[in-house]
Amino acid sequence: MLIKKPADIRPSEITSESNYFSRRNFMRAGSIVGAAAIAAPALGAIVPAGSGEKLEGIRPSRLSTDELPNTYEDVTTYNNYYEFGTGKADPFRNAQDFEPRPWTITVDGHAEKTGSFLFEDFIKPFDLEERIYRMRCVEAWSMVIPWVGISLAEVIKSFKPTSRAKYVAFETLHDPVRMPGQSRRVLDWPYREGLTIAEATNPLAILAVGVFGEALPNQNGAPIRLVVPWKYGFKGIKGIVRMRFVERQPKTSWEMAAPREYGFYANVNPNVDHPRWSQARERRIGASVFASKQPTQMFNGYAEHVAHLYDGLKLRRHY
Amino acid sequence: MNTLQQIRLIWKPVVFLLCLLPALLVVTDALGITGRLGANPIEEILDRFGNWNLRFIMITLAITPLRRLTGWNWLGRFRRMIGLFTFFYVLMHFLTWLILDQGLLIPAIAEDLVKRPFITVGFIALLLLAAMAVTSTDRIRRAMGRSWNKLHYSIYAVGILGVWHYWWQVKQDIREPLVYALILGLLLGIRLWWWLRRRSREPLYSAH
Repeated sequence: MLIKKPADIRPSEITSESNYFSRRNFMRAGSIVGAAAIAAPALGAIVPAGSGEKLEGIRPSRLSTDELPNTYEDVTTYNNYYEFGTGKADPFRNAQDFEPRPWTITVDGHAEKTGSFLFEDFIKPFDLEERIYRMRCVEAWSMVIPWVGISLAEVIKSFKPTSRAKYVAFETLHDPVRMPGQSRRVLDWPYREGLTIAEATNPLAILAVGVFGEALPNQNGAPIRLVVPWKYGFKGIKGIVRMRFVERQPKTSWEMAAPREYGFYANVNPNVDHPRWSQARERRIGASVFASKQPTQMFNGYAEHVAHLYDGLKLRRHY
Repeated sequence: MNTLQQIRLIWKPVVFLLCLLPALLVVTDALGITGRLGANPIEEILDRFGNWNLRFIMITLAITPLRRLTGWNWLGRFRRMIGLFTFFYVLMHFLTWLILDQGLLIPAIAEDLVKRPFITVGFIALLLLAAMAVTSTDRIRRAMGRSWNKLHYSIYAVGILGVWHYWWQVKQDIREPLVYALILGLLLGIRLWWWLRRRSREPLYSAH
């Protein structure tokens, strides 16, 4: 097995953020010249990077992919966050005025330490790490996103869950005034997600508080969201206000909405199709419109880290 | 200039350009002149052509009721053009799917056509619209006689299949397909009502 040594130098020290983006734009510009003008929407970002609060002391991670991340614009204008509307551009449009501070996170259930914590106090004990992960949406598109986050395993350890804690359940803020999408019952609010304790303590799982070295934009789930890169994107619950240690498998939002289409596990799996579309291939956002879809990898390419979690589990049944 | 000439020389070109506008906007948005196609341009192009196809189906189906209710018989002069644009937009939607989305990958396309009912349904609607488009010339219409009318009644089926295709495809928020379904229900409902009324007026058995 190839183990990459953690780099002593942060990638951002070698390549500045502006260089990083201009390289990306340059590559896109090249593809436009080559592949005709339909690719032109990539030209000129409408969302300038660098508008968010800069995060300090971010460490690189050997769990990061070396694939080229998507642009800041792709990551922050093409979102599924039904709390702010069901269209892909709705969260960017409707979350601008959302105020994610002060923010309280409640931890309860089967753990020695429980209580309500201010967001700042909640994340303070943990190291910020950059994790550049692939993100595969259940809708068969994908991105590469440079998250900044804290290890969920470390967070869980610090609350000392008891032996009865078999699952971790998460909940998003429920506030239809601040989250206008919640005034319609597209989903049964609040948004709910869950992981087994083994999944939640896997080193890949993080609670993200930023992207591109900056505080998480509202449309990406500010101030804190889950990122589990071997699962479909909808598992990455946003705007978390509650974390609960439970004994039974918790009900999760998409599973409740359409149990035949979305399961509790929701592991990326090219061999198990969504009833209405194939999961074998995915469209990489930001690629040329003439690029073909790329094959989807088992566990989104993270099999070596997570496949053992599902030994003996029938993945076709537990989708 | 009489009314017929006015329609042919002024109004038909105007309506033609209006009908073409959504397609032109896709091109100018792709070039970044009028707007943008966003982070997932293929999905956006697919959605736009698909949506405009549904809108044109509704416009096509609205012509006859509107003509009957208002007495504006000149509306009938635009029916073929609107119908052909309906086919144009479904064809663009299909070609976007075939070339850009599926990348002309035949096995994937065949699998989708057979395994995904919403794609099967959409494909049937496409075939019906294609049949109507190629038989739309005056010469073929005359040659086909009464069977032409029968074939072109399948626009009702196309409406149902099109809305069905859209409804099946959305993930959770059914508002938009619901709006199309309601409009379609109204446009087909009024025909059904007229048909029932006409039938009740005509005696079932002749008196002699």
